[in-house]
Amino acid sequence: MTIRIALLALLSHWRKKPGQLLTLIIGLSLATALWSGVQAINAEARASYARASAILGENNLASLVPVDGSTLPLATFIRLQKSGWRTSPVLEGRMRAGSRSIRVIGIEPLTAPAGLAGRAMEAGNGPALNLSAFLTRPGQIRASQKTADLLTDLPDLPPMIVSEQMSDGALLTDIGVAERLLKKSGRISRLLVLPGQRVDRLPLSEAGPGLKLVEPQTESDVSKLTDSFHLNLTAFGLLSFVVGLFIVHGTVGLAFEQRRGMFRTLRTMGLSARHLTVAMVIELLGFALLAGSIGVTLGYVIAASLLPGVAATLRGLYGAEVAGALTFRFEWWAAGLVIALLGTAIAAAGSLLRLWRLPILASAQPRAWAMISGSAMKLQAIAALVLLLLMAMLIGFGSGLVVSFAVLGSMLLGASLALPGLFSMVLWLGQRMARTPLAQWFWADTRQQMPGLSLALMALLLALSANIGVSTMVGSFRTTFTAWLDQRLASEIYVTARDEKQAERLRAWLETRSDAVLPIWSVKLDLAGQPGQLFGIADHATYREKWPLIEKQSGVWDDVAGGAAVLVNEQLSIREQVRTGDLLTLAPGRSLRIAGIYSDYGNPAPQVMVSLALLTKWYPEVSRLRYGVRIEPAKAPALISEIREEFQLDERSLVEQATIKAFSVRVFEQTFAVTDALNVLTLAIAGFAIFTSLLTLATMRLPQLAPVWAMGLTRRKIAVMELLRALLLAVLTALVALPVGLALAWALLALVNVEAFGWRLPMNLFPADWFRLGLFALLATLLAAAIPAWRLSRIAPAELVKVFTNER
Amino acid sequence: MNVKAIALIMMALLLVAGQLHAQGFGGLGTQAEGFAVPKRGVPLEFPGDHGAHDQYRIEWWYLTANLQGADGREYGVQWTLFRSALKPGNGEGWSTPQLWMGHAALTTPDRHFVAETRARGGIGQAGVTTSPFKAWIDDWSLVGRPGGGDQLDALSVKAGNAEFSYDLALNAEGPLVAQGERGYSVKSQSGSASFYYSQPFYRVAGTVNLPEGPVQVTGQAWLDREWSSQPLDSDQQGWDWISLHLDNGAKVMGFQLRSTDGEPYTSATWINPDGRPEPLANGAISMIPLNTTEVSNRTVPVEWAVKLPARKLDIRIRALNPKAWMATSFPYWEGPVSISGSHGGRGYLEMTGY
Repeated sequence: MTIRIALLALLSHWRKKPGQLLTLIIGLSLATALWSGVQAINAEARASYARASAILGENNLASLVPVDGSTLPLATFIRLQKSGWRTSPVLEGRMRAGSRSIRVIGIEPLTAPAGLAGRAMEAGNGPALNLSAFLTRPGQIRASQKTADLLTDLPDLPPMIVSEQMSDGALLTDIGVAERLLKKSGRISRLLVLPGQRVDRLPLSEAGPGLKLVEPQTESDVSKLTDSFHLNLTAFGLLSFVVGLFIVHGTVGLAFEQRRGMFRTLRTMGLSARHLTVAMVIELLGFALLAGSIGVTLGYVIAASLLPGVAATLRGLYGAEVAGALTFRFEWWAAGLVIALLGTAIAAAGSLLRLWRLPILASAQPRAWAMISGSAMKLQAIAALVLLLLMAMLIGFGSGLVVSFAVLGSMLLGASLALPGLFSMVLWLGQRMARTPLAQWFWADTRQQMPGLSLALMALLLALSANIGVSTMVGSFRTTFTAWLDQRLASEIYVTARDEKQAERLRAWLETRSDAVLPIWSVKLDLAGQPGQLFGIADHATYREKWPLIEKQSGVWDDVAGGAAVLVNEQLSIREQVRTGDLLTLAPGRSLRIAGIYSDYGNPAPQVMVSLALLTKWYPEVSRLRYGVRIEPAKAPALISEIREEFQLDERSLVEQATIKAFSVRVFEQTFAVTDALNVLTLAIAGFAIFTSLLTLATMRLPQLAPVWAMGLTRRKIAVMELLRALLLAVLTALVALPVGLALAWALLALVNVEAFGWRLPMNLFPADWFRLGLFALLATLLAAAIPAWRLSRIAPAELVKVFTNER
Repeated sequence: MNVKAIALIMMALLLVAGQLHAQGFGGLGTQAEGFAVPKRGVPLEFPGDHGAHDQYRIEWWYLTANLQGADGREYGVQWTLFRSALKPGNGEGWSTPQLWMGHAALTTPDRHFVAETRARGGIGQAGVTTSPFKAWIDDWSLVGRPGGGDQLDALSVKAGNAEFSYDLALNAEGPLVAQGERGYSVKSQSGSASFYYSQPFYRVAGTVNLPEGPVQVTGQAWLDREWSSQPLDSDQQGWDWISLHLDNGAKVMGFQLRSTDGEPYTSATWINPDGRPEPLANGAISMIPLNTTEVSNRTVPVEWAVKLPARKLDIRIRALNPKAWMATSFPYWEGPVSISGSHGGRGYLEMTGY
């Protein structure tokens, strides 16, 4: 008998059970979809980062930057060139366009390394560079279509050339245009060091004192920063995939059991075990490819709908630009199919093994599949124990983001593996306490069913605890964040002057009309090898009373005001492992004691605060445009309209505290919108897993139910008991999920957040959320159990009688 | 020197680092919008004309030297500063339309080193000043040394990159020489022209630095100064240019502009040992390629028969190093040659458009 005929026979099963086929395809598709959707988002984001950093190809070139993090004058560039150095100047900065800030990159195309200017400006999809137009007034701007749209309203911009080589949110132009746009005449941000330098050139200390050589980076800053975010997404994708596999496992197992008779017939007709297995593998392969394709397509849809949210998150949180539109990438299409095949293989491995070993003449054992022996459960319990021990060790001795995720992984897996053992103990207790025979049967039968349901219950546990954990984290974060915003945004009005002259007038004008005018001046500089900010703060009660210090020395504000100490944000203190009392070196000869650490949510970059006097002494050219204005809150709106009238400032330059708060909260909500969406999807998949498992068991359990029915229990009553059983199991699972979820939340807050963002957050509990979630889980289970129960209540008595015949 | 570098500079500066699409030579024949155009009969004035002429589109300071080590080994050195204006005139800082490019080369019988550097005008990275004379780009310079006579009479020149460098002292033993009609050099039948003068009488002493170490050298050098705005006719596809130091003390400058249709346009100047120039009209000099070499996937003639019947000159010139290819943004061939036949001597050959 050929494999082809065997295959046809196998496939005939699905014609009889189209619902099962649907379940299998849907399960596998969903698993693949979430996984590949998450991968698609990650791939798109990474491609965006690569594009952004490739604008200058800085990954390959060393550069010279001022030691103090400021800019360098043109004369330094000329001196270096005359000393034998070969460099190319770059002026970079940010410019406002509407509510967005645009990265302006000014290059000097004549000295730029071969390939640099080409890569950035070369045709691609846009017109080739006309150097003459690029260099001579009014110059040219190169930007992506999206950036160009943002820039259309700005006055005094050179003609725009749309180039899809450019990443969103950045524009490329000649350095001469850039210094005009950024108002940094005669300044240079950094010098790219070209390959092939003369060995006899003057040493840097003589040719460019005050400059330091920065070696090329292997990875862009932004991709380092966002790593944690993507790891987060990946973890979610993996979780959904695992949950999806439970579904596939259930369906494949069910189909196996139902076709036992067919297998036996095929074997007795002469089909070898090998051929039968091959036929089955081919069948599965076909399903995997089909479901994989559907899954990848679905993943594309998921990714496309989530990407705008992800892009907003990454922009708000990290300032990283990610294109809002998805491009189709072959690599994740292929990866999606591979993962579908792999998943099917894992889910079907057990069934295939049994098929291989199936004795020809063994009588049908429809329950054999569902019965896991006591020893298997013991093995599971041991594995659970090992995983939980591993988790404890990782918490105790490990550190780093990957370890944190390993803690999460072993926690969830360990808890799920422990679940069946835990349940059988609870059920055994229930059985012991049961008084009536029916109750005893109920408990015993539930225990008996455990092995078949345990996988689905594990899926539910995973989904529920992930849900509790993540929502607790997000909730804690939200509570802390809003309280922190109230402290941090202490001034009632924030105003930015157009230029230094206006700023001066503004200060004088506000002097008599407000309680206080607090300068908010800062410079960008490298802090511990990362781009950060140095702020100068006035000595004012606002700070003394409200600033969110999480650690401080006595007399902290006097020391900072006197120029003897600094404040650092929590991110810097965690990253550099510095505490109050330690010395912080900002630049050679500028070391100060850390007198306090403040929380600084929503910002992954390091930050330092010194007294205003110190800032202006170190950086006399610091921009003095921003101010916070203190006034009685009730008078704020009136003052705002007065300022607007007097100084003709626009919406962006004159903001009320409430507006900023609203904006910050919006960014925050966007950040976790994606997390929420994934959460819901995972839970939905878990519900589906339970449904398939119950459906599987329902058909197999007739031999157990028939005797009870024969003894006089009505089908209705049996169905109700089935429903009750499902509810009981769901409640038990939810009860276990609660502590697991809280442990997860703790790990997310105390381990992952600290590693990923540099924030430590207090944990808040939200029992109302748990209750809602519990109800949702019960409802899902009830729905899942309803159809099998309803079927049972309607089953023809003849079917039940058949159990006692030999005809099954 | 002639129209040769015109295309070089236009191409090199307009097409950054060869990344962009070449527009072909045709672009050079365009009209000189807003730029000054050389006029017949305008006398050269020094030292003013040693400096930059911002109203003209293109200009160069072009030095070639034939040198020998103490062991008699031959070397060639090239130092060139090109100026190219995107628009006439100057401007402050980055906004100036003046662009600069430097080429430096060192040729030995078996090796040829090339370096290139570019700069914007207006910021001090490159430029030319007079009184005292100084032409520079980055750390490369051609600088007047104090002394009597013309500002170009005594010069120091240096350039180099990671592989090679040189530092030479030049002393003129003759006067400046005006090419063409007292400095007005015609480039085609249709009459396009440039201003062009030379200092071909330098004695040279100094050091060339090769990867294996420094070598003391002496020899002769030739400086060309030329500026123009509308250099090439649309049917001119390239040129062959020579500057020769004959053993009898006379010098010869000659070039032919190869045309896509018909005869090349030629021009030559016989420079007597006392510096008195005798300009020779189109057709007076003939240059016939004898031997070619393959370099950089092109076939380039590296041995020529040169005849100047009016001066009974009938010679062969042969490249010291046939592979003297200038692999710069816009590539061309430039290198030292030796002379045999009716006269002996050394010189430089430049060829473009191959």
